[in-house]
Amino acid sequence: MTDMALQSKGDSLWHRLYHGKTIPVLTVVLALVVIWYAGAVYLNKDTLVSNYERNNITWDTEKLIADAWAMERPILPAPHQIATEINKTVFQKKITSKRSLVYHAWITTSATLLGFAMGGVLGILLAVGIVHVQTLDRSLMPWVIASQTIPILAIAPMIIVVLGNMGITGLIPKSIISMYLCFFPITIGMVKGLRSPDVLQLDLMRTYSASTAQVFWKLRVPASVPFLFASLKVAVAISLVGAIVGELPTGAVAGIGARLLSGSYYGQTIQIWSALIVASVLGMLLVYAVTVIEKIVLSKMGYRS
Amino acid sequence: MYRTTDPVQGTGAMTEARDPVIDIQKLNLIFQTPDAPVHALCDVDLTINSGDFVSFIGPSGCGKTTLMRVIADLETPTDGHITVNGMSPKQAREERAYGYVFQAPALYPWRSVQKNIMLPLEIMGLSKDQQLERAKKNLSLVNLEGFEKKFPWQLSGGMQQRVSIARALSVEPDLLLMDEPFGALDEITRDHLNEQLLRLWDQTGKTVIFVTHSIPESVFLSSKIVVMSPRPGKIIDVIDCDLPRDRTLDIRETPEFLEIAHRVREGLRAGHSYDD
Repeated sequence: MTDMALQSKGDSLWHRLYHGKTIPVLTVVLALVVIWYAGAVYLNKDTLVSNYERNNITWDTEKLIADAWAMERPILPAPHQIATEINKTVFQKKITSKRSLVYHAWITTSATLLGFAMGGVLGILLAVGIVHVQTLDRSLMPWVIASQTIPILAIAPMIIVVLGNMGITGLIPKSIISMYLCFFPITIGMVKGLRSPDVLQLDLMRTYSASTAQVFWKLRVPASVPFLFASLKVAVAISLVGAIVGELPTGAVAGIGARLLSGSYYGQTIQIWSALIVASVLGMLLVYAVTVIEKIVLSKMGYRS
Repeated sequence: MYRTTDPVQGTGAMTEARDPVIDIQKLNLIFQTPDAPVHALCDVDLTINSGDFVSFIGPSGCGKTTLMRVIADLETPTDGHITVNGMSPKQAREERAYGYVFQAPALYPWRSVQKNIMLPLEIMGLSKDQQLERAKKNLSLVNLEGFEKKFPWQLSGGMQQRVSIARALSVEPDLLLMDEPFGALDEITRDHLNEQLLRLWDQTGKTVIFVTHSIPESVFLSSKIVVMSPRPGKIIDVIDCDLPRDRTLDIRETPEFLEIAHRVREGLRAGHSYDD
């Protein structure tokens, strides 16, 4: 009986908070918020103090702190200012409005998803080629790696200019930059995955005198699925970065990148920060979506979760 | 040294002449390694007849697995003559003349038990109905009815190895190659599977080649024991084991059994298998 009582008590809210992830996560968040507020005062104080002195305003610490957390164009905005801005641009505006961050997030998401899909196809095709054709393994792999050593910020404007010259603008160039970044982890993951079957599993296929195509579809592909999802999670986050970077040199009028750009033109740090927060939330949602699909697919395939 | 490669030679049940399934003459296999060539198989002569249960026994590195892999066309001999069912090993493999059971179950983790057994049948291009029927039949042969939908990780090691045996049988080969299939199992499970395997052999009349390094296992299962020695891998002795086909585990305490086991041990000693 006492065991039962303890057991049910063990499932209580307190127990879950104490043993779960909630408390550690909340502690870290709280610490970050405290540091952030302190940082806002520290970084904004110089502007404020010089302003007070110029206008002969009497001030004390309390006023300084209050003003540091309420500036219109702070060096570092306080968290609640960003929260207010996000609330205003995400929840208060119609999502079709040009001032809605949801609208801008969607523009970027569409480029991200297209780039992710293209990167996925390219990455998988390259991996299949590299695994099956030895010449490609030697000739292509160095280029695949070299492609990632070029800073994306340097190559993005070129892509935009070249494609713009060919009359391609808007979504496609952004997606291509996104693809350029995200195919890499997919290729690497898939090459590893397609090569993951061990000698025994391959020998087994040989005893059945299976064709290369049969070995591919019945062994290599299913064996590569866990590797594919691991790399897709990395790739989807990178796709988003690629799409945002693609929006910067185009002087795009819409998208998260455009918000970042216009925010920096006009010193609208609050706008920049809220765009950044929305971008990171978006990234988390995308990674989470891939994780959910991964869980479903792997459990359907009988992999132990 | 005593050697019976002639099918007619021998005593008791072994006297009837049968078609040779495997015929090996002067077979050599040398692996080229970075330091020095390794003579894995040296002048191997061996005939295995239809319906035999042949064990290859010897210490690690004596080439018993290599010899079996040559038969299965998983290794190519350096020189010598070998036929499997009268064909070259490559042709025999392409005709799917044998079923191979590996040391580990080698089940594909993303396939259920049933689907694992159906894998070779899919590759052979059998109809779905035939696949299902053979999967059902062979699962019941290894006493695993009701486990069709389970995934490999949900099964014990012994059960997994039984699935892999069912998978090899589902091809319906006349020749079954088993490479230390029970090596990783505990002794109790091993005894149990040995009995099951023996009954299976008796029921189906297949030719079985069985690699092991356990003397009691080889004597208990075989109709013929091939004793091998390492460096270079060669055959020391071929011992006929004419215990009745319907033997049970109790037979391991009889004088006949112990005598054959003694001969196997003598053969291993003659091949310096117990030297440092």
